[in-house]
Amino acid sequence: MAESAGVDGPDVVGIEPVLEAKGLSQGQIVRKRFLGHSGAIIGLVVFAIIFIMAFTSVGYAGIPGWWKYSHEDVSPLINDGAPTASIFPPAWGEHPFGQDRIGRDLFAMTMRGAQQSITIMIVIGLIAGLIGVIVGALSGYFRGWTEAVLMRLTDVIIIIPALLLAAVMAQLAGRRDSGSWFASFASNNGVLAIGIFLGLISWVGLARLMRGEFLSLREREFVDAARISGASNARIIFKHILPNAVGVLIVNVTLTMSAAILTETALSYLGVGVKAPDTSLGLLISQNQAAFATRPWLFWFPGLFIVLICLSINFIGDGLRDAFDPRQKKFNAKKAAEIEVDPAPVTAFDELKGK
Amino acid sequence: MVTYIVRRLITAALILLGASFLVYLLTAASGDPLEEYRASSAPNKQQLIDARTELLQLDIPAPLRYFKWLGGAAQCLIPFANSCDLGKNIAGQPITDALGHALIQTLTLVTGATILAILIGITLGIVTALRQYSTLDYGVTFMAFLFFSLPIFWVAVLLKEFGAIGFNDFLRNPEVPMATALAIGALSGVITAVAAGGAMKRRLLTGGVAFLFVSAVLIYFSATEWFKNPGLGPVVIAIAGVGIAFAVTLLSAGLKNRKALQSSLIAVGVGLVVYFVIQPLLDEATFLMMVLLAVAAVLVGLAIGFLMGGYDRGQSMRAAALTSFLVGFLIMLDRYMQAWPSYFNNSRVRGRPIATIGASTPNIEGDFWILSLDSFTHLILPTLALILISLAGYTRFTRASMLEIMNMDYIRTARAKGLSERTVVMRHAFRNALIPIATIVAFDIGGLIGGAVITESVFSVRGMGFLFLDGIQHIDPNPVMGVFICVAITAMVFNLIADLAYSALDPRVRVKA
Repeated sequence: MAESAGVDGPDVVGIEPVLEAKGLSQGQIVRKRFLGHSGAIIGLVVFAIIFIMAFTSVGYAGIPGWWKYSHEDVSPLINDGAPTASIFPPAWGEHPFGQDRIGRDLFAMTMRGAQQSITIMIVIGLIAGLIGVIVGALSGYFRGWTEAVLMRLTDVIIIIPALLLAAVMAQLAGRRDSGSWFASFASNNGVLAIGIFLGLISWVGLARLMRGEFLSLREREFVDAARISGASNARIIFKHILPNAVGVLIVNVTLTMSAAILTETALSYLGVGVKAPDTSLGLLISQNQAAFATRPWLFWFPGLFIVLICLSINFIGDGLRDAFDPRQKKFNAKKAAEIEVDPAPVTAFDELKGK
Repeated sequence: MVTYIVRRLITAALILLGASFLVYLLTAASGDPLEEYRASSAPNKQQLIDARTELLQLDIPAPLRYFKWLGGAAQCLIPFANSCDLGKNIAGQPITDALGHALIQTLTLVTGATILAILIGITLGIVTALRQYSTLDYGVTFMAFLFFSLPIFWVAVLLKEFGAIGFNDFLRNPEVPMATALAIGALSGVITAVAAGGAMKRRLLTGGVAFLFVSAVLIYFSATEWFKNPGLGPVVIAIAGVGIAFAVTLLSAGLKNRKALQSSLIAVGVGLVVYFVIQPLLDEATFLMMVLLAVAAVLVGLAIGFLMGGYDRGQSMRAAALTSFLVGFLIMLDRYMQAWPSYFNNSRVRGRPIATIGASTPNIEGDFWILSLDSFTHLILPTLALILISLAGYTRFTRASMLEIMNMDYIRTARAKGLSERTVVMRHAFRNALIPIATIVAFDIGGLIGGAVITESVFSVRGMGFLFLDGIQHIDPNPVMGVFICVAITAMVFNLIADLAYSALDPRVRVKA
């Protein structure tokens, strides 16, 4: 980086100044770049709004929220259940997103569904990240038998279809009569069970990536230096290699999370995910798709929220990827276009020589 | 190399054994296949239970049943013995038959969608990489993220509502109001202006031309009820053919190569003559004949290029072959359009051509054109849904790969040599950018046959996904195993192909022998 700082330093038009030259730490550089990525910031804001709305409106884990209905309350149909929210004039009304056929409030149901999706997403991110790091680190660092066993295990899990596992789990959870601890846990914490389960199968991609990172990092000089100074394996893994691999990890956990939302909604749609009387965004769409001609809002709002959550997570992930990638030079097209009128400097070198 | 392949195959076989054992046990453990009978009050309840126990061999514990199944499945490995036995499903049908049927359905659904998604995705990726940070790039990037975030079942329901029901209502009375025509024209004008690039004046000019053209065409179509009696006719084919000839030459040889341009234009001329000659033959068309005609078109193109000669015969041959193939496609499209009114008024279709479920209209009769139009109208919506979903990945990946290549030193060298931008992009950059794409394409093709479970279930296509889902719901391990084995084997084989292709295409990468 040091040599390149001279070449495309602050003088080069359109390319942001190399932040390393200013003596900023890695964390500061990453934060600066992330905050400069407008798509990621918009994604973050949208996600924060949805998150706060979803968790405060209908309440969570027994804590009541500010919205007057819950996703199970049935109230008389107003205006045949059509949405009462409007933009001109701005109004919220009794049932902003409308009501379903039997009079449940769609806003409460959508918020509940968004809550479920976000919970599942976070659980999946945590579990998949944790297992992925451990498996990837162990197999990449120790190689040999550890690697062979762990990677073959990963291969087996990758090849088993998630749908089958989800169906098996749904069937096991559905057997209330058998009274096993699993069935009772699943019937009390439906979403958590699905989140944990999806986390347990979606770590495989992460593990492979982390293994690749560890394979290349363990050959670097600073690892040799640490080993010669007597650091233990655990210390090398956690203090020396992992911080260098954390960029790849965070980016891919984000991407796993956005994919997991779609998986959850798809499973709920197929009837092996979240089950009634509880609700999720996928389940809402599946329940209401036949009513598209008569009550289209039942279909629009849950879908809109899936897309918004997933889109904002994807943009955040994209911003993180750009922020963590040291090769990336953020290029300001407008600035470059303003100066490109002058055709004289052909390359960065020519321009610097002139000064 | 051989040791590498052998080792990979042996590992794959062991993984397959382990995974299939797990899948079998999981499916068998997922529930009670006799449940629907246990609660029934039918007088012959015990008899039904016995029959199903007999059929699914429920008296044997699941791990032993797996080995029985494995014994049957192992016979599939004996070539030409025709003693493949994957068990029977809950209705008593042999799995090998069910699989064969489902495979055809799935492949017809997924192949077209994947090929189109790859072609469109790679094109968009390259264009956005060449115009990095332009409005077009930002627009396509946003769309890619949006499509990437769409749940496929949601898209599918929207497509059914607007693409099928809405479009069919439109076809009943195909009149485009003046305002709508102008709006669509303006939209395409804006898109063209954004996509055109270059100076503002050039962009506005292109956008304006596109606006006028699209609006005029729509108003003309509306006035002549073109949507009821579509057709291209020789004039449109001639104009479009000349356009194709110029575009193909521009991309493959450059317009400066006059011989290539002339060969392409001659190919268009030949195509126009053939258009009149071939019409009676096309009335008797079969699938095989169409394939042969396509091959013939390519051969004629090659011959034209060869006869034109010149200093670079290969380029002329390539340009002419591509052009004549595309002109042949136009002629075929025209013939399809001629068949449209009779399909539209078919007693089974009754004026609502775009279908929302299934893979064909039941009991429809007709010639090659009617039947293939029928499967086309059934395939269009699921194909669109699949393209939308998978487009994003290819676009982003190609863009990233192309950007990396465009920053390479050898691209700078190529420019410094004074090569034209076309040669730099098409010869030096594009071909190298394709290497990583080739591997993900191989990867995706491996996942093709098991890939579309949700799409199949939304559009009621009875393919592999349907078979799989149905097996899970009835706690019937045999169909689940059949689908699993097919999907797993293709996935593993194509994984291996992807790795080998990478090292074959990029000599810097060597497989560990």
